[in-house]
Amino acid sequence: MKKQIYTISIYTENNLGLLNRISSIFLKRHINIESLTASSSEIENVTRLIIVAHLTEEKVKKVIGQIEKQIEVIKAYYHTNEESIYIQSALFKIKSSLLFDERHIQNIIKNSNAQIVTVSPEFFVIEKSGRKEEIEALYDELLPFGIMQFVRSGRISVTKEEMKISELLRKQLN
Amino acid sequence: MEILAKAKKTTKKEKPLKIKGAEAVVKSLLAEGIDLIYGYPGGAIMPVYDEFYKYQDRLHHVLTRHEQGAIHAAQGYARVSGKVGVAIATSGPGATNLMTGIADAQIDSTPVVCITGQVGSNLLGSDAFQETDIVSMSTTVTKWNYQITKASEIPEVLAKAFYIAKSGRPGPVLIDITKDAQFGELDFEYKKCKKIRSYNPIPEMDITQVLAAAELINKAKKPFIIFGQGVILANAEEELKELIEKADIPAASTLLGLSAIPTGHEFNMGMVGMHGHYAPNVLTNECDVLIAIGMRFDDRVTGNLETYAKQAKVIHFDIDPSEIDKNVKTNVAVLGTVKKTLAALNPLINSNINKKWHQEFKDLRKIEHEVIIHPEINPTKEKLTMGEVINAINKETKGEAIIVSDVGQNQMFASRYANFKQSRSVVTSGGLGTMGFSLPASVGAKLGAPSREVVAIIGDGGFQMTIQELGTIMQTKIPVKIVVLNNEFLGMVRQWQEMFFDKRYASTVMTNPDFVTIVEGYGIKAKRVNKRENLSVAVSKMIASKDSYFLEVIVEKEGNVFPMIPTGATVSDVRLK
Repeated sequence: MKKQIYTISIYTENNLGLLNRISSIFLKRHINIESLTASSSEIENVTRLIIVAHLTEEKVKKVIGQIEKQIEVIKAYYHTNEESIYIQSALFKIKSSLLFDERHIQNIIKNSNAQIVTVSPEFFVIEKSGRKEEIEALYDELLPFGIMQFVRSGRISVTKEEMKISELLRKQLN
Repeated sequence: MEILAKAKKTTKKEKPLKIKGAEAVVKSLLAEGIDLIYGYPGGAIMPVYDEFYKYQDRLHHVLTRHEQGAIHAAQGYARVSGKVGVAIATSGPGATNLMTGIADAQIDSTPVVCITGQVGSNLLGSDAFQETDIVSMSTTVTKWNYQITKASEIPEVLAKAFYIAKSGRPGPVLIDITKDAQFGELDFEYKKCKKIRSYNPIPEMDITQVLAAAELINKAKKPFIIFGQGVILANAEEELKELIEKADIPAASTLLGLSAIPTGHEFNMGMVGMHGHYAPNVLTNECDVLIAIGMRFDDRVTGNLETYAKQAKVIHFDIDPSEIDKNVKTNVAVLGTVKKTLAALNPLINSNINKKWHQEFKDLRKIEHEVIIHPEINPTKEKLTMGEVINAINKETKGEAIIVSDVGQNQMFASRYANFKQSRSVVTSGGLGTMGFSLPASVGAKLGAPSREVVAIIGDGGFQMTIQELGTIMQTKIPVKIVVLNNEFLGMVRQWQEMFFDKRYASTVMTNPDFVTIVEGYGIKAKRVNKRENLSVAVSKMIASKDSYFLEVIVEKEGNVFPMIPTGATVSDVRLK
């Protein structure tokens, strides 16, 4: 079976130690977590974790089974890229002098749909959201000018199909 | 009248009791019906022990000689009684010493609650004396764990702990309580936990799956059942027996499923797996429908998965959805407690006698009896064999005893040769294979089933891993019978060295002390046997003893357990020698 990128969405109670429990499931099976994001979800007091990993469908099913087995996990899903709408964000910190001296850099920012978040006498910061490849392309373009700092967030993702998690939760509560 | 009504009202709305956290721990245990716990005191758990002193008339504490002994005793207790076992220890080394037993309980689905003391919450993360991050450390080997840092959390968290440990597929829960939480005050009110919104312990039974299973079973020409501990945990022995008898299906057990059906039942074909019986292993790859009930297709059961029961349609009954398709792909999966799902299945099942199929089992059983079983229990060599010792125990106990075996050859001989008449007669470390399990587990087993005979079967290696628990037996006078099968080797490893490493016996030769002298030092009656003519009398004397009793049997040094499926081999390629 072929390995591919899967986005794993986990709805959980917000409890101390649960992240440790979930990451251990990946570690135990020698699966690298490519990115991980924790945030609130559409349901009050329910946390949503989004984990991206490269693995086979057979394995992702087993991982989901192990995740759902954890007491504080309400529900877990996995989706392929085709089934998801997803982005990542990145910040680039660059010398301010370049912004004014190099017209080319202004074009790069414009063409890549990136935004300037802040400008100070010493540096300016560009924010770019999009697919990983788009961020990487911008990175390559900015690299020759000298990137002072770079950081990319984990993936955030929603599914194309409806996820009836709120309904499910209501059922479990009753 | 008014005054009376008012008084009634006030008594009805009783004020919650203001007590210390440590007392709340004890009151919570009592509220869960716990009257017996196993443990070892130390600095960070002393406030709770102080309460044990006050409550000793209601809560009996068994002082083991090591925390590992405490958790294994709690496991033994839980396994025979079906109740939650409770072990308690201090922080740091006390907590880490529990870890092996926690891992054991996790892999063998045993309901235990472990309570550990922790340094004060102001010291957490400061590398304080006897501080270990036991919550992180135990995460992967617990069903759930939690650190309490406020006294007010104690009743609710402990209620959750007991609910999680025993509901659904059981498992170990660890609750770590900081010392300040033990000293702190709270308004005590205990409510049993009945539900956790994110936790669904028993998946809903899907009747269409039951119907699909019934159809496959009714159409089968060569059906075969493998049952596991899930049957015992669900108290579904009667339902399983009904299925087997109604449909005439040959059935075999996993190691932990042993005793769910009596050994002597005409359709009980013995045990599957690496050292299981010949017929069920070979015929796993001949059956047309494989019905797995409350078992998890462990690698010691399946051997090579690529060649395991490929010809068969597989029906899997289990409570844990993550076990479905984990190792063996199933055609029909029936989720739920096997008590409920088998009860739903049985009325749909027709009698389906296939004499030829049963004959295949009989033929292979005959081969195994001639080649292996008969020579093992009627040896011609001078030295005693492990099999004949177990057989001698059978004769005395009439299959009524609880057999608590350790790990290795002693375990396999005990599991293969012991007879069982009733369920919950087998306590052994299956999934984890923890040497040293048996002696402390036998203590818990006897306390969990005081009216039954409890016989621990241990090798000379495993005995020395938890030998200190003789002290527990001495102090508590718990009348367990201890049999050490001494071959002066780490027998199972030696057997593998003989078979797969050209007899290079690396570090498996044991120079042992005089066990009888040691045991007598603990004030326990002890006897050594090394001659066949003395065996049955010695066993009979041991079983007749009202007190704890130790019997060392000097056995053949290089005896081997057969049949054997070598690691990774096909299940039907069972070696008879």
